[in-house]
This record gives sequence, C-alpha cells and structure tokens, in this order.
Amino acid sequence: MIEHLRPTLVLLGSLTLLTGVAYPLAITGVARVLLPGAANGSLVEVDGRIVGSRLIGQTFTEAKWFHGRPSATSATPYDATASSGSNLGPLSAKLVERVRADVDAAKTETGAASVPADAVTTSASGLDPHISPANARSQVGRIAVTRGLTPERLEALIAAATRGRDLGFLGEPRVNVLELNLALARLGAS
Amino acid sequence: MTVFGWLQILFVLALVLASVVPLGRHMARVFAGERTFFSPAVGSIERGLLAAAGRSSLGPQTWLGYTLAMMAFNAAGFVLLYAILRLQGVLPGNPQGFAGVEPWLAFNTAISFVTNTNWQAYGGETTMSHLSQMAGLTVQNFLSAATGMALAAVMIRGFASSGSDRVGNFWVDVTRVTLHVLLPGSIVLALIFVALGIPQTLLASVDATTLEGAKQTIALGPVASQEAIKLLGTNGGGFFNANAAHPFENPTAITNALEIWALLAISFALTHTFGRMVGDTRQGWAILTVMAIILSGCLVVAYWAEAGGNPLLTALGVDPSLGNMEGKEVRFGSAASAFYAVATTATSTGSVDAMHESFMPLGGFMPLLLIKLGEIVPGGVGSGLFGILVIAVVTVFVAGLMVGRTPEYLGKKIEAREMKLAMLAQLILPATILGFTAVAALLPTALASLANAGPHGLTELLYAYASATGNNGSAFAGLSADTPWFDATLGIAMFLGRFGYVVPVMAIAGSLAAKPRAVASAGTFPTHGPLFVGLVVAVILILGGLQFFPAFALGPIAEHLLIPTGRTF
Repeated sequence: MIEHLRPTLVLLGSLTLLTGVAYPLAITGVARVLLPGAANGSLVEVDGRIVGSRLIGQTFTEAKWFHGRPSATSATPYDATASSGSNLGPLSAKLVERVRADVDAAKTETGAASVPADAVTTSASGLDPHISPANARSQVGRIAVTRGLTPERLEALIAAATRGRDLGFLGEPRVNVLELNLALARLGAS
Repeated sequence: MTVFGWLQILFVLALVLASVVPLGRHMARVFAGERTFFSPAVGSIERGLLAAAGRSSLGPQTWLGYTLAMMAFNAAGFVLLYAILRLQGVLPGNPQGFAGVEPWLAFNTAISFVTNTNWQAYGGETTMSHLSQMAGLTVQNFLSAATGMALAAVMIRGFASSGSDRVGNFWVDVTRVTLHVLLPGSIVLALIFVALGIPQTLLASVDATTLEGAKQTIALGPVASQEAIKLLGTNGGGFFNANAAHPFENPTAITNALEIWALLAISFALTHTFGRMVGDTRQGWAILTVMAIILSGCLVVAYWAEAGGNPLLTALGVDPSLGNMEGKEVRFGSAASAFYAVATTATSTGSVDAMHESFMPLGGFMPLLLIKLGEIVPGGVGSGLFGILVIAVVTVFVAGLMVGRTPEYLGKKIEAREMKLAMLAQLILPATILGFTAVAALLPTALASLANAGPHGLTELLYAYASATGNNGSAFAGLSADTPWFDATLGIAMFLGRFGYVVPVMAIAGSLAAKPRAVASAGTFPTHGPLFVGLVVAVILILGGLQFFPAFALGPIAEHLLIPTGRTF
C-alpha cells in the first residue's frame, strides 16, 4: 500500500485545488463579468429596492394580489433559506385533509365546480415562482372586487404575463406570480 | 399524457443518442492514452500532475494493484472530506457562519459523496459553507465519477486484452478522465447554466422586501459550477435541499431538458466506448439497446401514473388535467417530472426535480425498481457499464446452460471463477437492502423517522436502503434520515454497495484480461443480435424481480391497489 501514498496525496491535493477551488472560482469570475444578473440570482429591483428574485416565489396573502401555490417550507411558507416539499404520500390522510380544506375555500370564493391542481398542491421546492394560467384566471373575481378593476383588464394582464412552453414544446404554460403582481401594481399606480 | 409531454421526452432522448458516437469515441481515446481534442489545453497540466505523482507509480497494474490504488485514493478522499465538513466552522469560505457538521452526519455525507451516492441527510443551504460545497463536495463529485469511469475502463480492457494480467494504471486513468472529460464538460455546462439563470456567486444570501412588505432572505451561492458536475458525473447532490426542483438549480424547462441530457450522456456513450475498444461497435449498440428498452418501459409507466392525477384529490374537486401536482413544479409539469425521476434512477444520479415521495404509487415504484435493478440502464458513469457487463456475463452463462456449451463473451470463456464472483457482486445488493430494511422495520428508533404510514412507510424505508446501496442518492425525502441509526446504517450500505460490489467486479476483469481471446466460430453465440438483447433484458428483470418482488408487493403495489378503496393513512 505504501507505494500508493505519494500519488494519492499528490493527486488528491492537486485535483482538489483544480476542481474545488480553481474551477468554481473561474466560473464565478466569468459569470460575474458576462452575466451579472443571472449570476446574482435574477433579482428584481423596483425604485432601487430589491423586491425579490424572478426565479423564487414569495408569499402573497392579501386579497389584492395574485396568490402563489401553497408552500411546504417549514416555519414559514416560501422560506428561501430552507427549500422543501411536503413529502406527503399520495394516500396520506394529512394530504387529503389539507387539500379538502383548500378546495372548499377555493370553491366558496370562485363558485367553480373544480379547482386547478396547482392551486391546492405544494410544490417540490416550496419556492415555485409560477402558477398555471387557469389558477391565475380563477383569482380574477377576487382581485377585481378588491381593486375595483374590470375582470377584462385582469384577464388581459394574465394573458400578457402567460409564458408558453419553452421552445414551444418543453415544460408547461405558466405565469410568474411576482411579475404578474408587479404588472398589477403598475396598473394601480398609473 | 400529452403530445407535448412525449415530444420533449423524445427530443432529449434523441439528443442523448446523437452524443453517443462523438462522446464515446472521445472517451475511447482518453482510456487509450491518446491525444484528444482537449490535449492542447490540458496536456501540460496532465503531464505535470503525473510527474508529481511519481513516474514509478504510473506503470501498468494488475487488477489487485489497480483496486488497491483506487481504495487508497477513495479512503484519502473520505478523510479529507470528513475533515473539511467537521472543521468548516473554523475554515474560511463560510459567509453563513455555519458550525462544523456533526460527526454522524459528516461520516454519512463523506461516504455518500466518495461513493458517488450523494445521499443528503442535510439541507445544503442550511448546513454547508461555500468552502464545504466547493472544495469538499464538488471535488468528490469529480473524483467519484472519475473513479467509476476508470473502473469501467478496466472492465473493458478485461475483454479487449488477451492473455495479460495488466489492466491499466489507476492514477493515469483518473487524471485523464478528470482533465479530458469531466472538467471541460463541466466548464461548458456551468457557463450555459449561468446564461440560463442558475446563480454563481460567492454571496451567501440577499435580503429582499416583498411586495407585501415582508423580509425574504434568499440563499445563494456557487450553484452553477456544482450543478454541472453533479449531473455529468451522475452524482446528484444538490446545492439546495430541494435539489433540482429548486428554481436556482433548475430555473426553466430548457435547463431541465439539458440536465436530463447531461446525466444520461456519458453513461450511454460509454457503451460505444466499449464497442470500439473491443473492436466491434455492434456489441456496444446491443448493450445500449438493452438499456433503452428497460428505460423506456419504466418511463411509460411513470408518466402514465403521474399524468392521471391523484384520484383521491380528484374526488374532492381538484382538476386532474395537470396530473399529480403535489411535490411538482408548475414549469415542469407531470411529463418532465416523471422523465427526470426515471432518468435520475436509471442512472445513479439521484438528483430530483420533483419529490418522489409524493408520486403516485406506481409513479414512485418505477424509480425504486430502476434502482433495484442495479442502476444499469444506463447506470452511473462507469458503474452502469461494468454493472451491465456483469449481467451480460451472467446472460451468456445462462444461455450456455440452455444449449450445453461452454459460455463465451467476446471471445473470453466464462468459467466457474467468473460466475462465482459475478453472483457474489449481485448478492451484495439484495442482502444489504433487504437486510437493513428488515431490521429497520422492527426498530422503534428507525420507525420514528418515518413521515408516512401504511405501505408508503415501508416504501420509504426500502427506498432509503436501495438508494444508499445502489449509490443513487434520491430519496422518499420525508424520512428524517439525520439520526445516528440512519446516518450509520445508510453510510455502511453506501460503502458496501460501492466497494463490496466493485472489488469482485474488478476481480472478474482481471481474470478475463488474463484469458486468451478465442476466435469466434460458427458455434459461438452472437452477442450483438436481438436474441441476446432479449435475453439480457429478461435476465435483468428476472434477477431483480426474484430478489425484490415480495417487498414491492407489500409497498408500492399494495398502495396502488388501495387507491380505489379511498383508504388513507
């Protein structure tokens, strides 16, 4: 075994420096110069103030905003320092009871017979920045009443914020909740 | 299931197929010690590193010498990683101010990353300093992958060489694989990832004031550089707790497709490397076909299971058209999530873009099945190839028994020694998985960690030990795995699953290398045709089925059959 000592120490040491220090630092340097926005987390600023990241969901509870999906991050929802899903199994009593309560509340609000799945299920990360277009449309009634806007204006806002499948066929159509609410805020301000 | 769902799956699989020949040819050059496309860039580093390692260590090694060198390198890697994790509190590169990692967790994590498992009993953003992520975990992402690929090179040489007891040199192989394959690939991929939105910064976090006026702290870090090697090397350890479901690890459906390509590319391409090195590329395509058949079968079942939604929730008034969305991200939906789950467990990656624990019973069954079939369709980088070649050896033996002829594979006679070693390697998996699961199912201290009751709870345990032993690293993540019992037993399972398996396999390679290569005759069973492909598929399914069916019946199958009853747990 002793003949393996020198190559072990030399190669482990030098490859650690190469792949564990030089490589990530070089990527960091190049990213900072060429792609500063993405490298720093796609932050969104309004009037010089960071209001969040375009990629990270945040909590909306007031009636005047579009709401994101339920979040299962522990302690508080949308905790962007501790991502997590609910990890409830498909036959979990906790899951069924939680969804039952949320579905009943949604039905009471909208009067619709069915509820979009993403509106009553928690995401894998607990930080999902998106909702489905159907979920956004189901919230129009509440926001129209709260803000005194016509449903048509809100529908148009949702249509403008809806992103189709990437490249036309990858993933699912979606609406970024933070961007939609920022557009909503601008609408209110103008 | 939708047309778009299938379209994106076929698109990524076509990309993987398109990369098989160029990537496979490149790796054959790397294994053969020839000049490659990257030689002008990394040639001088390679020569410098190997000179520093000592010329006397660089000669051809026997299988035993090679294996001992590999063990020494991995043992030292374990010690270094354990030390970095324990000491991160006093080391630099700790902007979060995290304390040192607790002993049991550090033990589990160090084994986990050295064995290419990347099981995570911790949440990355709440536990690991940037130094631990970069100089600790990222390094083993590279080196455990390079180790696996080096061992695959040995297995291939076992078939390719004739009458020699030398199988190559570990130091040369591991250095060349790192410099000519993993590092250049990761640099390119990491930069593409940043361009597509994945962060890469030394900041620990930023504070935002949300539209409702609340403070939201957003954890950040050098994510892209780790994400790239995590996938290319089929490692799977996430920077964040939610792994590739976290929008910073996987922000769009495009990054998602690229990630699935990255985690499949090398393992599929190695079949072509194998074909080239044994002098008959048809042999490689036959192995690739076996992999593709089983992968596709599992994909159809998983996508079908997830696309239909959860009947228990549909009954409450949830619209099932998006599929089963608990534990899934809107930007991926059920197709991309089921595809990722199957790809990550068909390889030894274990990275996830959706929570497997919340999949429908059959949707979660497919990842579990793929892990238990040995992660050989296509498997981890290197480990998948030598794993399926062991199965191919078993297959020609079974075929030989049927017709009463001495079995041969690629001109090498398969005899009692190789079969004993192959069965020894094969039995490590069920013995470790079922043994530990059975003990855990009887221990109150283990059962206290379960997040779900009923058959799902059993599946949670089975999945944990299968994932650890198979060096996968994905989880039914509700399990509270950071307890002394699970840290210790899962750590042991990871060790046995990697080294307990690899040592007999290296012995097979050494034994094959020493045999003369017989010329094929009219009586030789052809191992590149549909008959052989069908036989290998059957052997994989029968071996896996016989070992694990009773456990499957009590877990995911029982759970699936309970759906119509409406029973919850």
